Amino acid sequence: MSGQTFSGASRYVLDAELAQIVNVSMALEMPLLLKGEPGTGKTMLAHAIAESLGMPLLVLNVKSSMKLVEALYQYDTLTRLNDSRFGDSSRDVSDIEAYIKMGKIGQAFMADHRTVLLIDEIDKADTDFQDDMLDVLDQMAFDIIEIDKTVCTRHRPVIIITSNAKKDLSDPFLGRCNFHHIAFPDPKMMRRIINMHFPGLDDGLAQEAIDAFYRLRQMDGIEKRPATRELINWVRALQTDPDFKPKRLIKSELPYLGVLFKKSQDFEQAQRMTQRRARY
Amino acid sequence: MFIDFFYTLKDHGIPVSPTAFLTLHRALAKGLVNSLEDFYTVSRSVLVKSERYFDLYDQVFAHLFEGAELPDLDEAALDDMAQAMLAQWLEDPKQMADALGVDPETLQKLTPEELIEYFKERLKEQTERHDGGNRGIGTGGTSPVGHSGFHPGGMRVGGVSRNKSAVKVALERRYKDYSLDGPLTASMMGEALKRLRHLQPHGPKDQVHVDKTIYETMKNAGEVEIVFDRGLKDRLKVILAIDNGGWSMDPYIPLVQTLFDYARGQFKELRTFFFHNTIYDTLWEDPARFKKPVRINDMVRRDPETRVIFVGDASMAPYELMARDGSMYISDRSGRPSIECLKFIAKTFRNAVWLNPVSSNHWSYTRTITMISQIFPMFELSIDGLEKAVAYLSTR
Repeated sequence: MSGQTFSGASRYVLDAELAQIVNVSMALEMPLLLKGEPGTGKTMLAHAIAESLGMPLLVLNVKSSMKLVEALYQYDTLTRLNDSRFGDSSRDVSDIEAYIKMGKIGQAFMADHRTVLLIDEIDKADTDFQDDMLDVLDQMAFDIIEIDKTVCTRHRPVIIITSNAKKDLSDPFLGRCNFHHIAFPDPKMMRRIINMHFPGLDDGLAQEAIDAFYRLRQMDGIEKRPATRELINWVRALQTDPDFKPKRLIKSELPYLGVLFKKSQDFEQAQRMTQRRARY
Repeated sequence: MFIDFFYTLKDHGIPVSPTAFLTLHRALAKGLVNSLEDFYTVSRSVLVKSERYFDLYDQVFAHLFEGAELPDLDEAALDDMAQAMLAQWLEDPKQMADALGVDPETLQKLTPEELIEYFKERLKEQTERHDGGNRGIGTGGTSPVGHSGFHPGGMRVGGVSRNKSAVKVALERRYKDYSLDGPLTASMMGEALKRLRHLQPHGPKDQVHVDKTIYETMKNAGEVEIVFDRGLKDRLKVILAIDNGGWSMDPYIPLVQTLFDYARGQFKELRTFFFHNTIYDTLWEDPARFKKPVRINDMVRRDPETRVIFVGDASMAPYELMARDGSMYISDRSGRPSIECLKFIAKTFRNAVWLNPVSSNHWSYTRTITMISQIFPMFELSIDGLEKAVAYLSTR
């Protein structure tokens, strides 16, 4: 254990439970798998860890068609082909290593300092990707086939993996990770989050906005419930509107619903509800 | 250490692995766990890999470390224990009182019934000698390394301070929503059904296959050769047959509606049919089951690779299924008992399942459910069941 413990960052409200899990995962040198509703700050956590521990952050955004090799390294055959045909570069064409570019995982392994490696939305990739990644994460080393060289970690990176639970991850994969599910924050916690993001925000506005937000979240039959991210954007929108008065929220006049609801069905339903309330 | 804890988790259906258990011990050995709160958090993050089991974990944890009742530990067990305590009390009041840490005088004033109640209360809050007695560590609070001491430098902790013990947190059962018997949401259904998709190359060759292009170019000694490929399209055919008649399906309408909405978005070729209770000679394409009848004999001419998903409670009077003139509708007289029709369909489409919104615990109480489940593999219409059904449909 490097003696460093994670204790929150300037833009992230950390709950004690999560802080402990992060610290334990760092000490055990195991990847931490985070699940939770979209917009509850899974990705933000990695940024916060990097900021507070002063480590560089490497983000691997997983895409559905991604192969693991792309995340490790890339052999730039086209440039080499180009160089070999036209020979107008300073690179040595016979040296394949000059054409190997490290991917995000490779960069994290090769880095001179301990880094935070965020593997974002791993559930998007297929199971092969996850299974292949297992070996790499387990051994903290991978081979570059083209030059027959093994890349080992100099410093084990702090690995944060996020998943939106679109697919279940395979059991062996889960076995290699620690797991935490970020629950949706309660109103009190939300207040602290809002206060942190908008330090000078009027108390009345904050409270009314949060109350209205939780009322809207509780509506039945909403497909995509607004989350913390949406609330922050919404408060920002309310703030920039010069005509807006916090009193309007009490009367259930809710402007900018489009910021909160991204699906047209949800949007219509929210509108109907607010109109119904406004009548009384 | 904590082996009982591990096995209790396992017995209650949480998939815990020995490796994870060893990891937990690594954490313990490293001195990362200094209080029961720590243990609660750390062992959950190490052992439990899905939020669906968090609720169960909370229950087991509360049970083992505080003696809270597990769902299947019934009142009778407590009664027995209280009775045994009463017997011991009668034999030696002094010893019993000492064990409970109370004054024998106060207990002597109680009637036997009151005593039993008192013992039961004490059993529930018993801290010293409950089942297994595996309290390796004390309840939080007394530990010098509490929450406030853990994070130096005035870190911002969300809930200010969680002045509740881990057991209390566990008893709160904050994760109840995520447990397996929780409600089925639209997106979960969509995700489960998505796995049924069956992508196969189809259509014109209009996509550049980069890897092959490079390979061919190299083979061509650097002369660029571009290789085209077909795009991937879903070629899976799905028939969804929904029971939309009768009172018995009414409670499940929202559930089935979600399934239907999502299925429509998921598959390229999805045909939806409706029926009431069970199938005789015809299925209907319109929900009113009137305008567009489709005869079973026509339906079976479709591709036998088609996946057929029935949704229905399969609950009806046995004669509706067995009798030759079983149908409730006078116009529907096929002369063939419904069960034969179902068998016929099952024979034609090998990949067919029946999704039942009725909870699987209750299946054995309805005869027709048992009978239909012998023809089609039946799964509960829940996250778990849907996943199993999809796994079944896609394996073959």
